[in-house]
Amino acid sequence: MSDAPKAIVLAHGDLAAAFVAAVDLITGRGDRFEPLSNRGLGSAEIDEMLRERVHALGANVVFTDLPAGSCNFAACRLLKDRRGLIVVTGVNLSTLLQYATSSDASDADAVATAVARGGGALRVLTGPPRAD
Amino acid sequence: MPIDLYRIDDRLIHGQVVVGWGQPMNLGFIVLVDDEAAASDWEQELYRMGVPAEMEVYFASVDDAVRRVDEWRADRRHGLLLTGDIDTMRRFTDRATGVRAVNVGGIHHRVGRTERLRYLFLNADEERALRTIEGRGIVVTAQDVPSAKPARLDDLIDGTRAGAP
Repeated sequence: MSDAPKAIVLAHGDLAAAFVAAVDLITGRGDRFEPLSNRGLGSAEIDEMLRERVHALGANVVFTDLPAGSCNFAACRLLKDRRGLIVVTGVNLSTLLQYATSSDASDADAVATAVARGGGALRVLTGPPRAD
Repeated sequence: MPIDLYRIDDRLIHGQVVVGWGQPMNLGFIVLVDDEAAASDWEQELYRMGVPAEMEVYFASVDDAVRRVDEWRADRRHGLLLTGDIDTMRRFTDRATGVRAVNVGGIHHRVGRTERLRYLFLNADEERALRTIEGRGIVVTAQDVPSAKPARLDDLIDGTRAGAP
């Protein structure tokens, strides 16, 4: 995976940049991703920006934040035209950390491992029950 | 139950619609009035996949929407009717009666448009179309999310009416 093209993280506001900064802080592998924001863009402009960056980077994987969000719909629209592209939505930091440090041979395998890790990271933790 | 919100938003179905408005409104369905989406099974599948399972999405051309709007108004669930541009909403309100208010939720920057709000950029044709909608007695306000203060059209567009000499 070390020679694989960058993956794209496309999210609302500053979220993608913050995710990538956190990945870099924790692993030093923020360079595995290019962050993109939908800020100030309509649907057609998000499509255009993403298409251009996927093409320029040769990216095979796009992570998005929200299943019902404009970022995800833009990424999914691209699936129609770009063979082999993988879109992962509902991304969290654990998913990206796993992907950034993956030793899996293929993008598909790396994504599968990362999604399993990210899904498992979402937990409810509770302390002792309240006395009252 | 009437359709709760008639919205213009160039991001179509997205986070602000589904979550920002959808959750406080307890939204049961969205009508996307968009000729392109109405003609594309693939686009429809894409949107249905993205929204929560309890939220239904209907797709309609302007003609279909005019024909079916009373059927959606009779639905017991809360509903939102959405267009991706101002002209589509104008064409809809040309023929559909009973619309009392239109919410402009987002028209983003493009060459030829002037910034009116952070999320609202308009060109002269779009201003004129909003004035046409307003001229039918429909209250037109801009408001991206429910917690924001709605801005009236007169506060957004210079005092002179678009298209006036």
